[in-house]
Amino acid sequence: MLWKVLLLLGLSSAWAQKLCSPGASDGYKVRLSINSALGDQAYVWNENEMFLFRATLAFAMRTYSDGQEYDVANVVVCDETPRVSFWFVVTSPLDASLLVDKRRVEEAVRKSRSRINSAFLLTDDTLEFIGIPPTLEAPVAPDTPPWLIAFGVVMGGVGAGIVVLLVSSVVQKIRKKRDGEEETGGKTENEAASDAIYNMSFSDDEPVTQM
Amino acid sequence: MKLVFPNPGLDNRILSHEDLDRMEKEEGDRPKWDNKTQYMLTCVGFCIGIGNVWRFPYLCQTHGGGAFLIPYLILLVLEGMPLLLLEFAIGQRLRKGSVGVWRAINPYLTGVGIASMLVSLLVGLYYNTLIAWILWYLFNSFQDPLPWTQCPLNDNGTGFVPECQRSSTVDYYFYRVTLNSSTSIADSGGIHWPIVLCLLAAWTVMCVCYIRGIGTSGKAVYVTAILPYIVLAIFLIRGLTLKGSLSGIKFLFTPDVNELINPKTWLDAGAQVFYAFSLAWGGLISFSSYNPVHNNCVQDAVILTAITGFTSIYAATVTYTIIGFRATEKYDTCISDNILTLLNAFDLPEDNITTSNYETALNHLNSSYPDTVLGLDIKTCDMQTLLSEGVEGTGLAFIVFTEAITKMPGSPFWSVLFFVMLLCLGISTLFGNIEGVVVPLKDLNLLPKKWPQEAVTGVTCAVAFIICLLFAQHSGLYWVTLFDNFAGSVPLLTIGLFEMIAVVYIYGIDRFNEDLEYMVGHKPGIFWQVTWRFISPLIVLVILVFYMVTQTQEELTYLVWDPNSEQFPSLALVPYPSWINAVVFLLAGVPSLAVPVYALCRLVFVRNPLSSSMQQMESCCASSFPEQPHEKMVHIHSGEEAAGEKKTLLF
Repeated sequence: MLWKVLLLLGLSSAWAQKLCSPGASDGYKVRLSINSALGDQAYVWNENEMFLFRATLAFAMRTYSDGQEYDVANVVVCDETPRVSFWFVVTSPLDASLLVDKRRVEEAVRKSRSRINSAFLLTDDTLEFIGIPPTLEAPVAPDTPPWLIAFGVVMGGVGAGIVVLLVSSVVQKIRKKRDGEEETGGKTENEAASDAIYNMSFSDDEPVTQM
Repeated sequence: MKLVFPNPGLDNRILSHEDLDRMEKEEGDRPKWDNKTQYMLTCVGFCIGIGNVWRFPYLCQTHGGGAFLIPYLILLVLEGMPLLLLEFAIGQRLRKGSVGVWRAINPYLTGVGIASMLVSLLVGLYYNTLIAWILWYLFNSFQDPLPWTQCPLNDNGTGFVPECQRSSTVDYYFYRVTLNSSTSIADSGGIHWPIVLCLLAAWTVMCVCYIRGIGTSGKAVYVTAILPYIVLAIFLIRGLTLKGSLSGIKFLFTPDVNELINPKTWLDAGAQVFYAFSLAWGGLISFSSYNPVHNNCVQDAVILTAITGFTSIYAATVTYTIIGFRATEKYDTCISDNILTLLNAFDLPEDNITTSNYETALNHLNSSYPDTVLGLDIKTCDMQTLLSEGVEGTGLAFIVFTEAITKMPGSPFWSVLFFVMLLCLGISTLFGNIEGVVVPLKDLNLLPKKWPQEAVTGVTCAVAFIICLLFAQHSGLYWVTLFDNFAGSVPLLTIGLFEMIAVVYIYGIDRFNEDLEYMVGHKPGIFWQVTWRFISPLIVLVILVFYMVTQTQEELTYLVWDPNSEQFPSLALVPYPSWINAVVFLLAGVPSLAVPVYALCRLVFVRNPLSSSMQQMESCCASSFPEQPHEKMVHIHSGEEAAGEKKTLLF
């Protein structure tokens, strides 16, 4: 009796191994870069971590696939390397010899990607599913572009500056005219006298040049 | 050497020394500097522009590093300083803007002033477009993360837009988001409205700073001339604390003495000195004409030369600390990417290959599995290539520097600081530029005399803004490059040459020496005599001839941003369309030819007898020869009075 049970177990694991192989059509390769992600606080990859991975994937299949009760045993792993990369396939809970379709696995992984990442303290870059590109975060885009605000501030300041300068020159001119009118009485005689002595054609504003 | 062309009536056109002394005591209505500091800061700001940050370091590094300083400093002293003193002295003596000065020396030379004005206008147009781009980047720096760190996503959200993916985020941001470049200068593609808004901001800022002439711009230079030095110091300290900065400085200053034999090194040094001093724009003549008559302009010229030389080297050092940092970052990233590729391909544990044993590991793997390694497409990471890529012009400021800033902690702050510095450098140069446009416009009576300074400035800025919309098109980048290459090169050299000939041989070097003795107290020494008469004109002539020879030999080509080209993401080199030759003639030929054409026009239409030529004059050259009626009368009188003098003039 015992040898029959052992035989069955051996056969089933061998069967499972045959389902999972590198390059399997319904399988995916996973690659982890724990050292580059965590540096000093990196954990060692061992059997327990692998168990966690299989459990997380089973969770993903349960929640985001057809609702069947996937178990840890349904996630079969093979070809582990020291890089920390391996292949996995997912078998159906109803029939252990059937593999779940690639697209259903992909969908489940995509939807639960952030949960899987956080279970291992990794990111999209450091926990890679080769063949499943991560859905990228949209770039941060605030409602009002900040540059319009800066532009508005600058234009407002400059506009105010122009108005202030124009008003002050107009005020200055009015004031000068008022002061000038008070003195015009005595001035004209002096101007006529100085014309006779000094040649006024050398004043700077005159474009007239004499040969 | 007494070679002076006959120039009758010169004394009647200019103020005598006694008149100048009298005018010093009177309160004229010509603008004046508040103090010497304002004048010096304005000149420093005018000379130190964006070119010191993004042109000089590139020249320095490509022409032998530390060895380039030798031709640069030699030509600074032999070519730049004499011309500088010439412009300062002639402006201070004749007390007029550029058109007025040349017209006073000889009315046939008014063309020199007109050429200066045209060049200032054309250069000012594209220079302010650069300011508009800098403003765009400045406005966009007030956010975290900076917008040029991210690519937009493609439609299904799994990757980036291919144009951004294949080039880089900073390239994409500059060529697509900021400029929305088309693929050719002929393809205008419509107006890109963010650039229009930035152009509006740029011209309004210029208008408000120059609205009362040097009265307002003189106050603004306290900020725009001093702030860049402070920011450069901050960047120097920050740069030196970054990893890899010293490799940048070493790269910059490593002397390669063989470059000194290459004539191109000397030509580039000479051209750079010429443009660095903003000579022949007319702005310096105007600025020094507002000085008191006994201002020591010799000392000013020497001080300004020293400041310009020092600032060029200072800015180059700062620039290359940042470039060294960026190159080191890219090199490290390149090595890490290669390591990751190797680890992934051979499924090795992560710690197997590190940066220290990368070389040995690569060689070992290459020897054991050469086919696999070949198929991996490992990139070669070369520090020298990284240090020398894209380090000139707009590429330096908007691509290399912005990328380096994104890698510094606290990037928005550094970005704001950097673009404020570029803005100040550009605006202070534009003050001189706008002076070189507005004052000749007034001298030539192209604008009504009763208009106040504010209206003149406003109208000039408004018209310039409308013309600048040419650069707001999708092909605007290519137009700016065209203007930069042709409007700001040959015409300036030609005008500089004419200026020296005019002062030394038409105004008379003896008279000029006496003027300097009157103004400063002593005659200029043998150094100035030799450089003014022979050395500086010779240098400028040689540069001009070589430049024209090389330009006419080459086919006119330009670089375009074309996502469909094979060299993408590098810029593709394409030939200009044939109608560009007409535009090049307009940009380079018209200002250069303004001098002989004006003289010819005047010779033909003014020297004819009264009756028939009166109508011709009024129709042809009415607006630019306002003095014609008066001159006609005086000419007849002086012809009778000065019977002993030679009547015919060459110019």
